Amino acid sequence: MINEAEIRAAFPLLKRELHNTPIVYLDTAASSLQPQRVIDAMSHYYANSHANVHRGVYGTAEEATGLYEGARHAVGSLIGSKHPAQEIVFTKNTTESINLFVNSWGGTKLGPDDAVVISIMEHHANIVPWFVLQERIGFELRWIGVDGNGELMLDNLDELLTGAKVLSVTAMSNVLGTINPIAELAAAAHRHGAIIHVDGAQSVPHLPVDVDALDIDLMSFSSHKMLGPTGIGVLWARREILTAMPPFLTGGGMILDVRTDGFTPADGPSRFEAGTPPIAEAVGVAEAARYLKELGLDAVRDHEQALTAYALDRLFDAFGDELTVHGPRDVARRGGVISFTLGEVHAHDIAQILDSHAVCVRPGHHCAKPLMRHLGVPATARASFGVYNTTADADALVEGLRDAAKLFA
Amino acid sequence: MADLEELYREIILDHYRSPRNRGELASPPAHRTEGFNPLCGDEIVVTIDVLDGVLQDIKIAGQGCSISQSSASLMSGAVKGKSIPDVRSTIATFKTLMLSHESHLGDGDAEPEAVDLKSLGELAALQGVVKFPVRIKCATLGWNTLTQALDEAGA
Repeated sequence: MINEAEIRAAFPLLKRELHNTPIVYLDTAASSLQPQRVIDAMSHYYANSHANVHRGVYGTAEEATGLYEGARHAVGSLIGSKHPAQEIVFTKNTTESINLFVNSWGGTKLGPDDAVVISIMEHHANIVPWFVLQERIGFELRWIGVDGNGELMLDNLDELLTGAKVLSVTAMSNVLGTINPIAELAAAAHRHGAIIHVDGAQSVPHLPVDVDALDIDLMSFSSHKMLGPTGIGVLWARREILTAMPPFLTGGGMILDVRTDGFTPADGPSRFEAGTPPIAEAVGVAEAARYLKELGLDAVRDHEQALTAYALDRLFDAFGDELTVHGPRDVARRGGVISFTLGEVHAHDIAQILDSHAVCVRPGHHCAKPLMRHLGVPATARASFGVYNTTADADALVEGLRDAAKLFA
Repeated sequence: MADLEELYREIILDHYRSPRNRGELASPPAHRTEGFNPLCGDEIVVTIDVLDGVLQDIKIAGQGCSISQSSASLMSGAVKGKSIPDVRSTIATFKTLMLSHESHLGDGDAEPEAVDLKSLGELAALQGVVKFPVRIKCATLGWNTLTQALDEAGA
């Protein structure tokens, strides 16, 4: 069970006011808030242990290296990685993780006769890198469709996977909230001899995720959506896959040896971590991972699912047919992301009026234009929940929307 | 809240609900230009008919938020039938108004350039946008598209 008062007290930004009104933060799908203990862990690192990692032999350099390498274990433990020291690569964010995977793995394993399968509901981060690589290599890019309920159309999955080398798909849509059947998709990919890469940016912070139980091969996610700092992301990959991947970004830190006639890259995650890494951020994301683990992702999911059900009920009670919510109505099949339109009121105007109520939502295309085209809407307003949100926040959303409906009536 | 009322003035809501000069002129002979705000997906299509140094006709199409659409609608009324130098001068005045927020940014103490609001007529209703910097891109979308159309048409 989530103790709401205790959790809310842990997040200092929730004490903020906007326009003399306590903030109602409903934009966690874009970026989550951070608990004080994450901020403290980073401050403590800078004030006590900062040094560059992997170089110095003095005490603080050892501490910094220990904290940085230890962060792989904390993060790996959250997602069920059995060998975090060999499987957790730190990047800048989910986007960089996917670019690393696409360029390093895709750039060497894909040829012009191969196929890559993604879905219409992907974030641009899991679309554009494939397009860029496709221009270079010329493989076929195949798309899993989305049905009227906002769920993947899997009827022709076997056909799409025939001859495919990789399936790259989101575990949870950042627009629809749809939770995709990753274990089923992984089994299908493997049946066809393909590997599966999962965009876990929205799932890792909100659902229990176990990479072994799901039997996936790679997963990308970001710290700043899972109660950690910005500036650090994660690529998790099975050892045997990571070992076979060549470097992506290159320079210091990722080498074993450099000579005048070439270089030998380092083994393991270091091979992909060129330059001084985000050390304080690694300390921060490790603390965030420990915090999430203490809360328990089952409890987080239960809390957010109940809140999503409450919010959807309140919204439809208040606005009925004027309201369009995209994505599954069944809260068991969706996360706490509610993308909606209200009558003829444009998403920008909705977000602006909600801001005057200190309600923070995001308007726009949510970096998923192929999906927006498919839905036939130029923009939606999106309210998204975190573990710190309560039914009072959903009530504030409804009240703010009443104002929007009135102004544009 | 006062700022919000300043943003959504009645005249703006009126132009959003009943946009003026809506549609597209046949192109050719009219010149057609599309403008996009890639951040939010708003789009404006401006078609213009320039003859003898005068903007004879203008129509606006596209879709987007109340600010982008009403601003384009107000713009169409303000520039239709004017000489090209007058159109460009109106565009410059409007953009100066929109940029006046920049004096609030950074550490400088530059004074904003004075804008003669009276010369803007109904367009002055859009000055509330200045307090919402994110929305300035919405308000200027139609104007930038018109500038591009004039440039492309060699006017």
